[in-house]
Amino acid sequence: MKRAELIQNIKIRCGGDMSEFRDKSEKRIYVTVKKEILPKIAAYLFNEVKARFSTASGVDTRENVEILYHFSVDDIGLIVSLRVVLDKSDLEVESLVSLMKAADWIEREIHELLGVNFKGHSNLKKHFLLKDDWPEGDYPLRRDK
Amino acid sequence: MARKIIPIGPYHPLQEEPEFFKLHVDGETVVDIDIDIGYNHRMIEKIAESKSFDQVTFLVERICGICSTSHPFAYVNAIEDILGVQVPERALYIRTVIAELERIHSHLLWLGLAGHFLGYNTVWMWAWKAREPILDIFERVAGNRNNYAMFKPGGIRRDMYEEDFPWIKKTLKSLIPVFNMFKGAVMDDPVLRARTEGIGVLTERDVHDYALVGPTARASGSVIDIRKINPYAAYDKVEWKVAVQNGGDVFAKLIVRVLELYESIDIIIQCLDKMPKGEIDLNIKDVPPGEGIGRHEAPRGEVIHYVMSDGTNRPARHKVRAPSYMNVASNKKAVIGHTISDATIILAAVDPCYCCTERTAAVDYKTGKKVLDGQDLIRLSQEKTEKLRRKKTA
Repeated sequence: MKRAELIQNIKIRCGGDMSEFRDKSEKRIYVTVKKEILPKIAAYLFNEVKARFSTASGVDTRENVEILYHFSVDDIGLIVSLRVVLDKSDLEVESLVSLMKAADWIEREIHELLGVNFKGHSNLKKHFLLKDDWPEGDYPLRRDK
Repeated sequence: MARKIIPIGPYHPLQEEPEFFKLHVDGETVVDIDIDIGYNHRMIEKIAESKSFDQVTFLVERICGICSTSHPFAYVNAIEDILGVQVPERALYIRTVIAELERIHSHLLWLGLAGHFLGYNTVWMWAWKAREPILDIFERVAGNRNNYAMFKPGGIRRDMYEEDFPWIKKTLKSLIPVFNMFKGAVMDDPVLRARTEGIGVLTERDVHDYALVGPTARASGSVIDIRKINPYAAYDKVEWKVAVQNGGDVFAKLIVRVLELYESIDIIIQCLDKMPKGEIDLNIKDVPPGEGIGRHEAPRGEVIHYVMSDGTNRPARHKVRAPSYMNVASNKKAVIGHTISDATIILAAVDPCYCCTERTAAVDYKTGKKVLDGQDLIRLSQEKTEKLRRKKTA
């Protein structure tokens, strides 16, 4: 798929639920979407475009927590970073594990380090990276203290 | 027969990525596997927030003990993505040389250990012997056999000298006959084929589902190589081919890595021949606010770094994803249905750190009594090869 066509398709599928589109460079685009349509756009990229799920980055921007899902469209060398902005009072987003197995570990990681709840993920209780007796509710990458 | 659990791991503090595998076995067959990581979690991403952009290069160089340039490479790519700058051409060539030298020594390390697990200790010794000249080149170029500290955002830290080039080329060329021997040993040995063909198969579908990268993906027919997908450094300035195989088994992974050894030598020699003279560094002082993504095709696959800058001298956020993070998860698919004696080589086939397989123990689920330890499992694997070997020669 051509770059312009892909961008067009993403924009059509997002409709009014896209709050920002940034064409940073030839090989990098950033799309901020409402969290309600995240599964739909991720499914489009993963299943239809056959983009590879590289990873997700959880970021505490002090005001909010952002998650960027980086998809690599390998045939054109483009990284599409799908961003959802979560309010700190409602840190919950749909899990993408049922869509792609590759999201399993990174969701557990973001849950543990930033306290985001991934709705529908079956294995968020057990500690992933931190030690087993790490205190409940203490998220190392949060910057709100 | 009662189900037993065989724990493999968890870790050896000197290795890069500690892992813990719990094999659920029914008799000889592996029926399930639990994978646990995080035993030596260092929170490098958090530490990066307290270091200057320049210091982070040294920090991420310490993520991996084997391919220590992989993370600095992805990191400087990310910073240069924020800046949108063009690095001096000579620096790009030197970066490529360093990265490819590293690929050779890393693949040789893997090849040696794979040989050891399969009971081919001669392969092990030969591969590691062939690795030494590569480390000698590193010592001459960077002053260190590992942790070369060559990279910095905007360029490289020290230049290469033209008078070393003939010696480097001669050393690399002397390795080709050795690689030919490895290739022959892999392709022509019926026992080695019997041990690796059809073992731990991953399909192209699995590659997509688990988002696999590197030789693990390329052995299953997927052309995933960042050097081609999103060319950086000098990879679009030299001629080379992506090594792809279709088997998806341990054998295909072996072949991909062996073929990549030749490609790497080819890339390095071309780089040395074409390397232009000139500046090696842009002397970057500040990083403006923004975000950048850097990628590098490490020996084990795509390394990706996401860096967010808020205009201070430190990253506001630095996310690191190593290739094994994706590849190790695929063991859930690859190992199930195979025997315990094949588990060692399947788990090793994605080229994670070997500490895990070295520290293996089999424990009876009910009594907690130790049945087999790491040495026993390697012995089991080696005995299977021996048995096959005797059968073939009989």
